[in-house]
Amino acid sequence: MDVGDVIRVETDKGVFEGILLPSTDENIITIKMKNGYNVGILKENVKNIEIISKGEKPKYELPPLNIEKNEKFKTISILSTGGTVASKVDYKTGAVHPSFTADDLIRAVPELLDIANIKGRAVMNILSENMKPEYWKRIAEEIKKEIEEGADGIVIAHGTDTMAYTAAALSFMVKADVPIILVGAQRSSDRPSSDAALNLISAVLAAREPIKGVYVVMHGESGDTFCYMHRGVKVRKCHSSRRDAFKSINSIPVAKINPFKKEIKYLQEVEKSDNSKKVEINTKLEEKVALIKVYPGMNGEIIRFYVDNGYKGIVLEGTGLGHAPEYIFEDMKYAIDKGVVVVMTTQTINGRVNMNVYSNGRELQKLGVIGCEDMLPEVAYVKLMYLLGNYKPEEVKKLINKNLVGEIEYRSRFDAY
Amino acid sequence: MKIDYEKVGLKVGLEIHQQLNTKRKLFCHCPTILRDDEPDGEIVRVLRPSLSEMGEVDKAALIEARKGKKFIYQFYNDTTCLVELDEEPPHPPSEEALKIALEVALLMNMDVVDVAYTMRKIVIDGSNTSGFQRTIFLARDGYIETSEGKVGITSLCLEEDAARKIEDRGEAVVYNLDRLGIPLVEISTAPDIKSPKMAKEAAKRIGEILRATGKVKRGLGTIRQDINISIKDGARIEVKGVQDLDLIEKVVENEVIRQLNLLKIRDELKKRNAEVVEQIFDVTEVFKDCKSKIIQNALKKKNGKVKAVLLKGFAGLVGKEIQPGRRLGTEFSDRAKVIAGVGGLFHTDELPKYGITEEEVKKLREFVNADDLDAVIIVADEESKVDRALEAVIERAKEALIGVPEETRRALEDGNTAYLRPLPGAARMYPETDIPPIVIKKEFIDEIKANLPELPEEKFERFKKEYKLNDELAKKMVLSYYVDLFEKLCKKFKNVKPVLIATTLENTLKEIKREGYDIDKLEERHCEEIFMALSDGKIAKEGIVEVLKGFCEYPNKNIDEILEIKGLKGLSKEEVEKIIEEIIKEHLNVVREKGEKAYGFLMGRCMAKLRGKADGKLVNDILREKLKEFI
Repeated sequence: MDVGDVIRVETDKGVFEGILLPSTDENIITIKMKNGYNVGILKENVKNIEIISKGEKPKYELPPLNIEKNEKFKTISILSTGGTVASKVDYKTGAVHPSFTADDLIRAVPELLDIANIKGRAVMNILSENMKPEYWKRIAEEIKKEIEEGADGIVIAHGTDTMAYTAAALSFMVKADVPIILVGAQRSSDRPSSDAALNLISAVLAAREPIKGVYVVMHGESGDTFCYMHRGVKVRKCHSSRRDAFKSINSIPVAKINPFKKEIKYLQEVEKSDNSKKVEINTKLEEKVALIKVYPGMNGEIIRFYVDNGYKGIVLEGTGLGHAPEYIFEDMKYAIDKGVVVVMTTQTINGRVNMNVYSNGRELQKLGVIGCEDMLPEVAYVKLMYLLGNYKPEEVKKLINKNLVGEIEYRSRFDAY
Repeated sequence: MKIDYEKVGLKVGLEIHQQLNTKRKLFCHCPTILRDDEPDGEIVRVLRPSLSEMGEVDKAALIEARKGKKFIYQFYNDTTCLVELDEEPPHPPSEEALKIALEVALLMNMDVVDVAYTMRKIVIDGSNTSGFQRTIFLARDGYIETSEGKVGITSLCLEEDAARKIEDRGEAVVYNLDRLGIPLVEISTAPDIKSPKMAKEAAKRIGEILRATGKVKRGLGTIRQDINISIKDGARIEVKGVQDLDLIEKVVENEVIRQLNLLKIRDELKKRNAEVVEQIFDVTEVFKDCKSKIIQNALKKKNGKVKAVLLKGFAGLVGKEIQPGRRLGTEFSDRAKVIAGVGGLFHTDELPKYGITEEEVKKLREFVNADDLDAVIIVADEESKVDRALEAVIERAKEALIGVPEETRRALEDGNTAYLRPLPGAARMYPETDIPPIVIKKEFIDEIKANLPELPEEKFERFKKEYKLNDELAKKMVLSYYVDLFEKLCKKFKNVKPVLIATTLENTLKEIKREGYDIDKLEERHCEEIFMALSDGKIAKEGIVEVLKGFCEYPNKNIDEILEIKGLKGLSKEEVEKIIEEIIKEHLNVVREKGEKAYGFLMGRCMAKLRGKADGKLVNDILREKLKEFI
């Protein structure tokens, strides 16, 4: 008896007929009945099971769309890293199948055809929470390949959980003359209410702009009205479930995108493309960097643990203006004495670190802890990896609080909070 | 028309949706209340059907998507949350709702499943922010009894109610989220119902069972009946939203009439070799000087056009009545309205009329090459709408050649029905992965079984026996909103006659409501205080009405304060004796003149003064005694 077979189950509560589905519990037989509902039957209640007909292997292959290239349009490459930008629901079994090809994307979001020539493929298939630096490098390499093969803009479909980390990593690793747009969905694409389509349309609109840089494009508000384009090093997922989870932090969005009217309104200046289509990547990263949150009662041993395990950099997420309890000072000193670069960000997320105001901050500076201005903790973490992978510690200490790719703004805008 | 329902092969099935009166919504922790005050905000959304395995969306979904509508959702910060807004995954289902649903299932002799799964049923008319309705199949294979035989109950599902439609602005539909997520039980019967009367009886019976739980919502819109109707050679029609029990018979009757007439029309069309010409003619030229307001207004629009389709052999039949006041032309028009959003259409069976002249009709017929046996349908509006409308008309006219099209229709107030959408495809469900399967343990079922509520007829018999209510009062009380309170009061105040409690709850309250008192202000506490006072002899039963009125006016006061305000402070026996003595003394001349016969007159005087302050029987006893002293 295989999943997909039509079966007949006799129980003391009558007969159930339907398609056998995979079951998560070995004591339960799950079938999808004719009326569309799933039902579970406890094995102990089963009197007899027979197969009515063997299941047919469902075919998800659709005929190719054979879409002709529109010479007037730019070519945008959509690279999927996992999750479902587009998906097909098999209502017969209830299974959801993700799809990655350009044809699938166009079938799901036909509006893309009016915007650009679409290329699409999956470069990996992982859940965003399982992302790691090694994969950032792979994505950077794939971006380079696509641009060299003629892409005028790149869209990376990414799970939302760690999208901001990937955006920051790509910001440091890739120097390209085309826009690189990360996009995701807070409601999966199998749902009619998914935000995937509007986000994707907006992302492709952004990707065909004559600009460069790495950006995140996601819903601007809870409604399906517009999307915001955020700088990849100034953005953070600030809500576990809402569509408008992504916010520009210590900055404002770069642009507002109307996916219905296909309009982009810039809110900040951005770097223009010089039409060279040049692309360079530098994927060297020091992966032995830790991100540690400071809290009342914390045990400084954790710092020693990292140091003793060969870590080269530590990003602290301090309190307030960039503080840490004095009872971990000794542990921090231990780290710095061993040559570990220790930098300070703030767990308030919004606002700038300033370690001159209180004695605690001044003491920390004396120990050698470096404040990271208005940089997000996650961005500081990625940046420290990048710097330690490419520079000597003394250089790293100089560069960590200098703006390289937009990750630090020296002016604090009133309207950023 | 007298119809032999057995001969026409009538089969009716019911689908009943009843809101449950639970503390929280099915999939979130918001209260299950509807509101009529201004919402705190609005969110605009769009829905897109996802691809099915065939790379297609189903018919019903496609029609909605084609309309390209926006949906505006109104929300409240304090009684709706991110779950209704589809901004947060669902919470585990309300256990209270599950319990009530299972109770209903057991009362209808159903088998409960071992493991229940929450499914997503695709609905993309915007009534669910998610684009699907979450629904849980809980039980199957039960039955209820009617005087015309058993009716099978095929399934019971627990599902979330949809958002409440506020208005359709054409380009956008406005919904309020207050109703979204209120638990509903959906009960489907087998097509065992053989007559309109039996349909009504079955619906009534199911309603009684639901109310027997004491945990369902009451009032308008809390129960909705859908009716599936088919006859031999006809088609299955789903009629949505019959709110009134009394309308069920009429809807079934009228649907049978409609199907019989559509079959007659089909036979006639066959005889005539009728044919639908699949071509849309642009006849704007014919109507460019037309006096019809509708046509003039349409032509003023950007890309305004008048177009026509030719139905060969349809003459006289488009105007033929198929339900009281509704014609085949109405069916065409319904489709055009729903699918293309046009205002309506004209057909040659009704023309010349509405400002369209005979000359124009003649030219129209010439233009499309129609002879006398043919009918022509015209629609005037913005061009793309006209084309969509006429495509819909062509489709419907072709169906007329085959017979009765399968449809979902909506009930109209007069018992007729109008086209709503195509019948939904059967399988547009997939699992709600955000909610784990629900294992329904045997112990849980046993516990519910042990505590099943009485059904109305059982309760009726018990009320008569236990509380000595007469048939009429017992029946009223069984169906009363206050049935539980009634029993509670009877148990608590054993020296108060249950009949008095029942009449107070069922009659007195209605009377004072009619007088304009706001009885919604009353709480259980008020009734308890009243019967406590009565039981303690603090007030007389004649005083109940005034105290109730007092509580309506001053719901925050206690009974002593109300008695004070109303001047109803009960009098001691001595005080009563004193007052009666005074009254007798005042009327000594009458006493002397009439002797014992003065009793009636004096009793009137005494009660005028003592009503509500002393029990009538006590006054009676004292008066009789005192009277003897003076004679």
